[in-house]
Parts: sequence; C-alpha cells; structure tokens
Amino acid sequence: MSDILLRVVVGGLTVSAFALFGDLLRPKSFAGLLSAAPSVAIATLILSLMKEGSQYARIEARSMILGAVAFICYGTVVSQFLIRRKYAVIPVTSVAMVVWLAGAFGLWFAMVRIAG
Amino acid sequence: MKAHIDTSELGQSRWYEHLVRFAFGGTVTALAGVIAKRYGPEVGGLFLAFPAIFPAAATLIAKHEEKKEGRENTRAVRATVAAGLDAIGAAFGAVGLVIFAIVVWQGLPSYSMGTVLPSAMLAWAVTSVLCWQLWEMLRARARDKRSHDSKSKQVAPVHIDQPTNRRMR
Repeated sequence: MSDILLRVVVGGLTVSAFALFGDLLRPKSFAGLLSAAPSVAIATLILSLMKEGSQYARIEARSMILGAVAFICYGTVVSQFLIRRKYAVIPVTSVAMVVWLAGAFGLWFAMVRIAG
Repeated sequence: MKAHIDTSELGQSRWYEHLVRFAFGGTVTALAGVIAKRYGPEVGGLFLAFPAIFPAAATLIAKHEEKKEGRENTRAVRATVAAGLDAIGAAFGAVGLVIFAIVVWQGLPSYSMGTVLPSAMLAWAVTSVLCWQLWEMLRARARDKRSHDSKSKQVAPVHIDQPTNRRMR
C-alpha cells in the first residue's frame, strides 16, 4: 500500500511539474511536446531502479519503446480527427486510446513472436 | 511561429485543474507499477508511454480557448483546433520518448541512474524540439508556396491588341 501511495505522489508531482511548464509554452503545438514528456516514465523508472534494480528498469525501458511508437500513432490520429474533422475533444481522445492499445500490444506480441 | 514562454496565462488554470493532472499522473504511475508487478516489466513497461494524461490536458486546453472572446461556433472550432495542435506536439514528443527509452535501455546497467536519466531527458528534449522545428519549417514553406501561387493567379495577363468588346471584332 505504501508503495502504491509513493508512486501516486511521485508520479503526480512529476506530471504536474511538466504540465505547469507546458502551460507557459507557445505556440500550442510546441506546448504539446510536454504532453508526451517522460514524466510517468521518470517517476516509474526511479522507483523501479531503487526497488527492483537496473535490469528490471532496463526491461521496462525496452517495452516503453513500443508504447512510445503507439503514442506517435495515437497523437497523429487524434490531431487529424480534431483539426480536419473538428470532432469533440473528449470522445476523440478517449476512443483513440484503442489505437494506442492496439499499437502497443500488437507490437509487443510481434516482438515476442520474433524473439521466439 | 517561434517557440517562446508566455506567462500571461499562468493564472488561467484553476486549482482543481492542477488536482486533476496530479490525480491522473499519480494514478497512471501507480497503475504502471501494479501492472508490472502482476504481468512483469515487459508488459508494465508499455504503460510508461501510455497517453493517459493527454485527454485531460487536451480538454483543459479546449476549455481555456472556449473562454476567450469570439462567437460561439468560432470559439468551439478554435478550441478543437488548439487541442489538435497539442496532439501534433504530443506526437513529436512521443518520437522523443522513443529515443528516451532507447537511451535508458542501452545505458543501464553500464551507467548509473544519475547519468542515464538526465542523458535520456536531454535526448528526449533535443529530439522532440528538432521534430517540431522540422514540421514548422515544412509548414512555413507550404504556406509561402500557397501564398505565392494565389498571388500569381490574381494577376491576370492583359493583352492590349485583342479587342475586348464584341462589336469591335
């Protein structure tokens, strides 16, 4: 329980700090870089390094590559639907999570298959 | 447009908006840890790049744009486009995330956390900003080309010798 609480506090503070800095940046497209800042990753990796060791964190980072590729697809799809089609923000950003899930797990399954 | 810092809208966010970001960030970090513990670091690691915070961030951006002056439908369109531009930035940031993850993966365990994480952060920042700069450059070129094309179409060639009046023909 204390581990989860620590993750909540550290993760929350890291994300808030990056988000606050993002509020100051212009134009909006540049501020968007902070929306994909490695805030959650930094918090999680620090905790993993301290508790589980560097090999554990290394494996997490390797999988993170696949998640990040899926994030690129997610951001591209969301921007197209918002800018070109002018759909509402909440439905588009929520439904597009399917793109991330399909991309991340699809790449992960492919990697597992290739690795044998 | 050049990237810059604008502090004029710093007070625009309400306290509960900061709380929402804190809650989202904390929840995703805790979730990544729980998933890694249950299914292993290979699956847990995927969620280090989960865009959980993005819907909340994009919604807040759209909300702030809607509060600005203008007609209702114009404000709504502007809000959606602002969130869309944020998403483009997020896609470039995600390219940086790939590089961040590669630096951490290759850096550990040969180098210490104190060396690897700041190096990875720097790699993320440089990659993301370069991607954004390249996109801005291509956009500016496309805009200049469109402007040049529309100007050349406006200036119609005038032939003085040809009669314009039918009676004169």
